[in-house]
This record gives sequence, structure tokens and C-alpha cells, in this order.
Amino acid sequence: MHTSHAENEANYLKYKGKYKGLLGWILSTDHKRIGLLYLYSIATMFSVGALLGLAMKFELLAPGKTIMDAQTYNATFTVHGVIMIFMIVIPGLPAVFGNFLLPIMLGAKDVAFPKLNLLSWWLYVAGVFLVLSALLFGPGTPDTGWTFYAPYSFKTGTNLLPAVFGAFVLGFSSILTGLNFLVTIHRLRCPGLKWTKLPLFVWTIYGTAWIQLLATPVVGITLVLIALERIFGVGVFDPALGGDPILYQHLFWIYSHPAVYIMILPAMGAISEIIPTFSQKHIFGYKAIIASTMAIAFVGWLVWGHHMYTAGMSGTAQYYFSLLTFIVAIPSAIKVFNWISTLYKGSINVQTPFYWAISFIFVFMIGGLSGLVLGSLATNIYVHDTAFVVAHFHYIVFGGTGFSFFAAMHYWFPKIFGRMYDKAWANIGWLVFFIGFLALYSPMFYLGMMGMPRRYYDYLEEFHGGNILSTFGSWIMVTGLIIIITNLVRSARRGPKAEMNPWHGKTLEWTVTSPPPLENFDEIPVIAEDDGPYNYK
Amino acid sequence: MEKSAHIEHEHYDAEASKVGMWLFIFTELLLFGGLFIIYSVYRFMNPDAFHLAAEELDTFIGALNTVLLLISSMTIAMATTSLQKNNKLHTLLLSTVTVILGLVFLVNKYFEWGIKFSHGIWPGSPHMMETMSQGEILFFGLYFIMTGLHALHIIIGLVIIAVAMVRVNKGTVHANRAALLENAGLYWHLVDVIWIFLFPLFYLIT
Amino acid sequence: MNLSVMSNEKHHIVPYRLYIIILLALLVLTFSSIGITSIELGKFTVAGALLFAVIKSYLVLVYFMHLKYDKPYIKLMVAFVFAVFVVTIVITFLDYLYR
Repeated sequence: MHTSHAENEANYLKYKGKYKGLLGWILSTDHKRIGLLYLYSIATMFSVGALLGLAMKFELLAPGKTIMDAQTYNATFTVHGVIMIFMIVIPGLPAVFGNFLLPIMLGAKDVAFPKLNLLSWWLYVAGVFLVLSALLFGPGTPDTGWTFYAPYSFKTGTNLLPAVFGAFVLGFSSILTGLNFLVTIHRLRCPGLKWTKLPLFVWTIYGTAWIQLLATPVVGITLVLIALERIFGVGVFDPALGGDPILYQHLFWIYSHPAVYIMILPAMGAISEIIPTFSQKHIFGYKAIIASTMAIAFVGWLVWGHHMYTAGMSGTAQYYFSLLTFIVAIPSAIKVFNWISTLYKGSINVQTPFYWAISFIFVFMIGGLSGLVLGSLATNIYVHDTAFVVAHFHYIVFGGTGFSFFAAMHYWFPKIFGRMYDKAWANIGWLVFFIGFLALYSPMFYLGMMGMPRRYYDYLEEFHGGNILSTFGSWIMVTGLIIIITNLVRSARRGPKAEMNPWHGKTLEWTVTSPPPLENFDEIPVIAEDDGPYNYK
Repeated sequence: MEKSAHIEHEHYDAEASKVGMWLFIFTELLLFGGLFIIYSVYRFMNPDAFHLAAEELDTFIGALNTVLLLISSMTIAMATTSLQKNNKLHTLLLSTVTVILGLVFLVNKYFEWGIKFSHGIWPGSPHMMETMSQGEILFFGLYFIMTGLHALHIIIGLVIIAVAMVRVNKGTVHANRAALLENAGLYWHLVDVIWIFLFPLFYLIT
Repeated sequence: MNLSVMSNEKHHIVPYRLYIIILLALLVLTFSSIGITSIELGKFTVAGALLFAVIKSYLVLVYFMHLKYDKPYIKLMVAFVFAVFVVTIVITFLDYLYR
């Protein structure tokens, strides 16, 4: 171990620059510090979003009004959605782990445009405050749902403008991050690091960045149009002025469906790093995973209409979207197959990140298969806008992205903070969280099949049993969350010092000290011809 | 921080800047792309109304603005050439011509919108609501949004060119560090490309 | 550092004359498109005007924006983005054409 360097003063957490204290962080252009800034901001917003979710579950504990009325419930699910989607799962893995790891994995000292990177974070913060201002000022909290569907979004009397504008700014932040990563991957790979030697996490970031870059402006302009309709009464989507509200849905989902892949691709990338490390085996089908990543990114762009089967699209469009939806499931299945095959005959090291990765595969498969129920036209009509949909996308967005985020957090934690967490508590936290997750969302599949609609604060007596189980699940899950977060926060400060490579990984980030030095590498590494990110013996 | 700032100075990668600019242009293209989708859908739904409403627009002003933008595109492209030839005076001169043409474009746009306003045509105006069909309302809504957003991009482009000019004048942008001016040029051409499509869609297809 | 090597890649200097030729071509195309749309061609008016716009933007992209002299991957990216946009609009019209 390079102890000479490990104990030095110049690791990125400790160095003293032009600014001290807090300013040294919020004005830092170091990609690792920016990654942590994102981590802290996202964690803060996540706790807000989670509390809102908890409140909704509490409301649904019993039929009728429990703790809030219908309008409050509408506002709660709107804000919960806006926060969770735009502020957490979309920036989530790319902004936190992408920022922290991408340059190191490429053997670079920083991203291509460090100042732009800092600007992205500032825009993120600005967007957050704009959205939150909608809660505090004006005639009422937005109640449109996070989708801001026309025409209600320009008819509602609530304070929608700051939320829409905030989402726009958050989108801009996301675009700049994507742009930065694309240029970084194209220009800053160290000598010998060919495209076919990139870690899979980098590949998924690459696919994600393209979606961020190309899809986000579409929703950006759509949100601007909503604002213009509200302010100036320009007729664009208003049916009274000849507009077509379904066109709004098209444009919204042209972004928001690919956005699902912004959430899930880097999550898959993190799992593709963890599985080989904890099997000590070369990833099965490296090139197949790359191909499926790019296929998901591209085909995922073309399937937006499956959110709109009941909106009044033409039959032809419905057939087309349903067909492509089934096709886009194939590359995801390829990935699952590759992960499982990597485990086969590997020397598996059962540790916390591995638990998270395996449970990711489990919930992701349930989420993915239930997605096919929704992608098929006949069954979709039956469960559209029911609790089934809510269960499905929480299995994907929370079960997929969320589990992978925690997997990544426990995998790279020793690298990021230079300290190890308490493994026993981490495992307990995972188990409690996992049980809570299943108890919270699984009953919703059943409730949806039975016909319980989503987005209502009230329900019929016959749905009571399932909802009680679900609400209990939310309490268990939050208990798990508290255990996990407490353990991590404690360990970041007081945990035992971590080794340079505690899991015996092969990617470049494990060749630098924990925590990494200020500029990652004293000398830019050179990748030998027979070297690779997963070359285990 | 001192150390990393030092590295940033050393780190000049013209190709990275160029690729970065192209990627930003892609974002802008899809921003307008969303509007072009809306335009084409509504045109498809209201062919006659769009036909009728387009006759309200002055082809002459549209054509004049097209010519202005095309010439300005050429001059900014030439400015890059002269910078690469180390001719600072020509660079500044050609950029100035570009800026002036851009400003004239905006003045034309101002008068064009002014005439529309004086005819009682603006978003949500009573004249539009009472006398126009739904298709015409959509047409003018899109007209104001798309040309307005384009004008905003002209202004942004002018600011970028102005910054590049200041840097050329100070000597921090020169033949071996031309990325800023080249990127300003790329952005300006993007504005031109978008107008190349806006012009026929609003002024010509009558 | 190898970065300094990268930044010293030789730029292709485009002569003024080429720009002037392209501008003239663009102006001719502009006036032709005005001419062609003033003739009553029915539904071909739109196609005609758009065809001219596509040719014009191609010239701007290739010459003014130097794509001709750029590396293949940049050309590929530009083509890809335009293709994505075209595909998107086609798919949207799967709804509107058959409604």
C-alpha cells in the first residue's frame, strides 16, 4: 500500500484551497467534491420526498380522511413526484457516482469542463429552491401530479409556475452534466484505455448522457410552453383554442420515458461493477452488456407512447408503441442474464454491496415483468391508472435505481470517505429495508388488479387489508432507511480507516488511495494491452 | 485549489471545446425540435387555417432577414479564417459586421412584431379571439413563440460573439487558442440553420 | 502532458473564396425557394420549400460549420441527432396520420 501517500494532507476531503470551510466545497471545481455536494443535496431532498411518501401511506391507512383532505393529498403526491423524479432519481447515480468516479475510472484528473460541472450543481440547487418556493408562497401547492398534464396545468389555481420553472432549471443542470460527461469520455480516456476497455459503469454513463442531452430539451420547451400558456394565454395545448392536449402528453413523454432510462442505466452500470468484483470473475458478455446499454438508450427513446394508451391515440400508434415496448425489454433481460452468468462458478464474497446488488436484480425483474403487463395493450386498459402502475414504477424507480444507489453507496463508500462502515449494521439495515420495500409495494400490485385507482386519498372498504399491509411496510422500510443512513453517517466520520482496495476490484478507482488524492493520479496511468477492467485471475 | 487552477490553464483542448459546443447545439436543436413537432402536427390538423394565416406575414421582411443572417454567417466564418491567419484587424472587422447584421435582424423583427401588434394580433388578443379560427390562433401563437425564441438565441449569439471579440482584442484568443471564436461561430450558424427552417415554414408556405 | 499535443492538431484554414461561393449558393437557393413557393403547386409547396431548406442547412453545416474538415465521429454524431429527430417526428405522426 502507498502509505506514504495515503496519510498525506492532500486527499480531496482535506486539502485547503483558496477558500476555506463551506466555501471550499460549494466553490470547488473538484469533481469529487461536486459529487459529494450532489450526494448531500440529494440525500436532503430524498428525506423530504420520503416523508411526503410516508404521509401519503399514512393517509391510506384507513378509508376516508385519515390525516389530510383530498386537496392536500393531491399536492402531496405532486410534490413527492416532482422531488423524487427531478431532484433524486434523475441526477442520482450520474451526478453523485458519475461525478466522483468517471474521471478516476478514465484515468483523468477531472472532468472536461470543471467549472461547468460546478455550474450544474448550482443550477440544481437553484431548481430545488424554485420548486420549494412553490410550496411556501402563492395561492397553494401545485396539484397537477409531476406530469403537469395539459389542460389542467394552465387551469389550476395553484402556484404552478415556480414548480414548472424549477423543473426547467433542473433539466438544464442535467443537460450540462450529460454534456460534460460525454466530452470527458470522448477526450480524457488515459492512454491505452480503448472504448472496449471502459468499465461498464462508464458505458452506462455514456448512454445516459446522450439521453440527458437530447431528451431533456424537449421537456424543457414543453414546460416553457405551459408557462407561456399560463402567463400570456398563448394557445398551444388548450383545446378551447384548437390545441391538442394529447400532443402535450407526446412531448412530455418523449422526455420522460427516456428519463426512466436516465434513472436505470447508471443503476445497471453500478450493478455491472459490483457483481464481477464480488464474484472475482470477469463479467460475462462484456460486449453484450455494452450493446444492450446502447440499445436501451436508443430504443428507449422510441417507446414513449405506452404511457398514453388510454389517452386517445390512434390504434396504429398503439400497436407500434406496444411492439417496441416489448422489444426494449430484451436488452434489459440480456443484462440480467449476464449478471447471473457472471455469478456462475465465481468465488462469491457475500458482503453488503452484494446483498444490495442481488436484491436489485430481484426487484428489478419484478418491476420489469410487471412493466410488460402494462406494455401490452389489452392488460394495460385494465390496470391503467391503478395502484398496479404505482407498484410497477416504484419497483423500477425505487427498487431499481434506489437499490442500486445503496449498492453503489456501500461499494464505493470506503473509496469516497476512506473509512469502512459497520458491516453488521449495514446488513441489518439492508434486510429491514428489503422486507419493508416488499411489504410496501407488493400489495399495490394486488390492489391495482382489484381496481383501486391511483392518486386518490380515499378508497373502498374492500381495499382496506392491502393498504394496511402497505402502510406497515412503509414504516418497516423507513426503519431500515434510518439504520442504513445512521450507520453511513456515523462511519463516514468515525469508521475504521479503509484500505485502498477492500473488495479487490480491478477498475482504476481501486488503484488510488482512499480517499483519493486531490488530482486522482500523480501520473496519468497507462493501460497495457492485456489489461482490462474485469481481468480477475 | 491553486494547484488545480494552474492545471486548468495548461489544459487547453480545442477539440473538447468544439465537441462540447456541438453537443450544446444538439440540445438546442431538440429544443427547437419540440416546437417543430408541434408546428407540423398543428399544420397537419389545420392546413387551411395555416395557409390563410401565413398570408398575413410579410415575405419581404422574412426574405430580407434571411439574407442578413446568411451574410452574417459568412462573415463570422471568415472571422475564424482571418484569426487563423493571425489577422486581428480583419477578425474584429468581420465579427463587427456579423454583430451589426444581427442587430439589424432584431430591428426588423421588432418592426415586424410591431405591425402585428398594431393589427391587433398578439397572444390572447381580443381581435384574435373574436375573428380568428382556432387554426389561425395556433399559427400566430407558434409564430410568436418560435420567432421569439429564435430572437432570444440571436441575442445570446451576439453576446457570445461580443465576448469573443473582447478576448481577441485582448489577445487571449488568437490563432493557437481560437476555440472561443470558433464556438461563437458554430453557435451563430446554429441560429442561422434554425432560421433557414423557420423562414419557409412561416413565410413561404402560403 | 499529452493534452498539449492534442491541442496542437492542425486546423484546416478555409479560404474566403469558398465562403463567398457558399453564400452565393445559399442566396440563389433562398430566392429559388421564394420563387417556387409563389407558384401554385398544391401540397408539393411544403415539400419543395422544405427540400430547399434541407439543402441550405446542409451547406451551412458542412462548410460554414466546418463539418467537412471534422473528424468522422463528429459527423456521425450530427447525422445521428438529425436522424433521431426525424424518427421522433415520424413516430408522432403514427398517431396523427391514423387517428
